Amino acid sequence: MSHQTPNASESQPRVETSSASSVIEIQGLAKRYDSGFEALKRVDLEIQRGEIFALLGPNGAGKTTLISIICGLVNATEGRVLIDGHDNVTDYRAARAKIGLVPQELTSDAFETVWNTVSFSRGLFGHKAKRSHIEDVLKSLSLWDKRKNKLITLSGGMKRRVLIAKALAHEPEILFLDEPTAGVDVELRRDMWEVVRKLRERGVTIILTTHYIEEAEEMADRIGVINRGEIVLVREKAALMRQLGSKQLTLQLQKPLASVPPALAHYPLTLAEDGNVLVYTYDASEMGGPSEMGGPSEMGGPSEMDGPSESSEPRVSISTLLNDIEATGIRFKDLQTKQSSLEEIFVDLVKER
Amino acid sequence: MNLQAVRAIYCFEMARAGRTLLQSLVSPVISTSLYFVVFGAAIGSRIQEVEGVSYGAFIVPGLIMLMLLTQSVSNASFGIFFPKFTGTIYEVLSAPISYFEIVLGYVGAAATKSAVLGLLILATATFFVDLHILHPFMMLLFLLLTAVTFSLLGFIIGIWADSFEKLQLVPLLIITPLTFLGGSFYAIDMLPPFWQTVTLANPVVYLVSGFRWSFYGISDVNIVASVAMVGVFLAVSLAVVSWIFRTGYRLRP
Repeated sequence: MSHQTPNASESQPRVETSSASSVIEIQGLAKRYDSGFEALKRVDLEIQRGEIFALLGPNGAGKTTLISIICGLVNATEGRVLIDGHDNVTDYRAARAKIGLVPQELTSDAFETVWNTVSFSRGLFGHKAKRSHIEDVLKSLSLWDKRKNKLITLSGGMKRRVLIAKALAHEPEILFLDEPTAGVDVELRRDMWEVVRKLRERGVTIILTTHYIEEAEEMADRIGVINRGEIVLVREKAALMRQLGSKQLTLQLQKPLASVPPALAHYPLTLAEDGNVLVYTYDASEMGGPSEMGGPSEMGGPSEMDGPSESSEPRVSISTLLNDIEATGIRFKDLQTKQSSLEEIFVDLVKER
Repeated sequence: MNLQAVRAIYCFEMARAGRTLLQSLVSPVISTSLYFVVFGAAIGSRIQEVEGVSYGAFIVPGLIMLMLLTQSVSNASFGIFFPKFTGTIYEVLSAPISYFEIVLGYVGAAATKSAVLGLLILATATFFVDLHILHPFMMLLFLLLTAVTFSLLGFIIGIWADSFEKLQLVPLLIITPLTFLGGSFYAIDMLPPFWQTVTLANPVVYLVSGFRWSFYGISDVNIVASVAMVGVFLAVSLAVVSWIFRTGYRLRP
C-alpha cells in the first residue's frame, strides 16, 4: 500500500467541482439481462469535468456494466447517458470520440507489435497517424523500448501499460480505467497513478473503478460507492476522509459511572455499557489518519496506544485527558483506540443493502 | 464517415494475412494445384470434353469458386471471431464507428484476400490448362460479388460462433458439401434426372454455373438466374448482418 500524508491530495491542483460543469450525465440508467438479472437499477450520476472519480464496489456490484454502457459495449435497458451533452446512443460518434477505455481484462492482439496496436487504436477513433503523439504516449508509459515487441512477449504489467497507451492514443477527454491496478506490482501502480495525475493536470476527466480502497484514497477527488446495481454514496473524498477521520478512545472502567464528572465536561466523552465504558471521540486527521488506512483498524493492548503513524501532538492531548481522568479518581482497567476506515464505511454501506 | 477507422481495420486485417502468408495464400494455391493434378490430369484424361471444353479447363471456374467460398468464409469468420475470443473487440465497439464501417473494414479485407486468392488460382491454372475468358468483366463481377457475399456469411458465422468448434462447423458441414455438390467438377446434366432436380436447390450451383458462363459461355442454369442468386445471397447476408447490429446479437448484450 502506498503511503500518503493526510493533506497530500489537497496540495495537488484541485478541481473546482462546485463550479465545473458535468462532463458525463447518467440519467435513470438501468440494465436487465435476459436472465432477469438486474445489473443496474436506475442509476443517476454526474461526473464533473476534470475530476478523478473513483467508483468503488464489491465484485458484481455493477461497476463494469455501468462503464460498459457508457462506453457503448453494452446496451442499456432504460435511461440515457450524455457525454459532454452528446447522447451516447443517438449521437454515439461525438460521444465515443471523447472517451478512452482501459478494460479490466488484459486483452491483446498477441501477434501485433506495441507500436502497431497503439497506432491502430488511434486510427479506429478516426484520427490520422501522428507519430509524435504515439511516441509521447509510449514514453510516458515506459513502453518506448518495447515498441517493436510483439504483445505476446510482454509481461502482464507491460500489457496493462499497452492497454492504457491504446486508450490514450486518440487523446481522449475522458478516460475510464476499469480496475487498472488489479494484479499489478507496486512500481507499475505508482507509474500509473503518476500518469493519471499528469492527465488530470491536462484537464482529462478520469473515472476509475476499483475495489482497492487505498487506490480511491490516493487518487480520487470524489468517491462513489456502487452496490447491487445502485449508487449508494457519492461524496468528495475530503468529506469522506473527515468522516473516516473520527477516532474513538475507549476506556474500560474498574467501577461503573452514573454520569461523566463535571470536571471532564469539556471533553466529548460519553458513557456506554451501563457506565462501564467511557468513550472519547476525536479527530484522527490530526494524527495522520489516512496513512493508517487498510491496516488493522483496531489497536488493542492494555496500555500502549502509540501506533506507528501517530504524531506526538494528539498524544499530548490524550495524555492530558488521561491525567484529568486520573485526577477525578476514575480508574480504568483497559483502553483501546479504534478508527473507522473508508473500508469500514464501505463495508457498512455494502452490508446494509 | 470514419474512413480512418475503416482503413485501420482493413489494414489490420490485411496485415494479419501478411503475417500468415503461408496459410493465407500458399496453402490454397498448393491444394488447388493438387486438384488440377488429380482431377484435371489423372481423371480428366479419361473424361471427354464437356460441352466442347476440355475437362481440365472445365473445372477451373468451379475450383476457383470452391476456394473463393471456403476462403471468404474462413477469413471473415476468423477475422471477427478472434477479437471476440481474445476480448479485443471492446475497442471496436467503443470506437466512434458505425456498423456499416465495421463491416466495411472486416468484410472488405476478407473479400479482398479471397478475391486476390481467386485471381492467384486463376493464374496457377494457366500452368495446367489453356484458358480463355469470354466475359472478363462478368468474371470479375462474379468473383468480387461472391467474395463479398461469402465474406459477409463468414462474418455472420464469426459473430454467431462462441467456440472454435462452431467456427468450423458451418464451413465443414454446409459450405464444403454444397460446393462439392454444386457442379464444381461436373456439369449438372451428367447427373441422373432426379439428382438434377435436387441439385437445383443448391444455391452454389447458380454461382458456379454463372462463373463458368463468364469463362466459356456455357452454363447449367440461366445466367440471369445466377446473377439473381448472387443478389439474393448478398441481400440476405446484409439483412442478417444489419439485424445482428440492430439487436446487438452476441456483440452488445
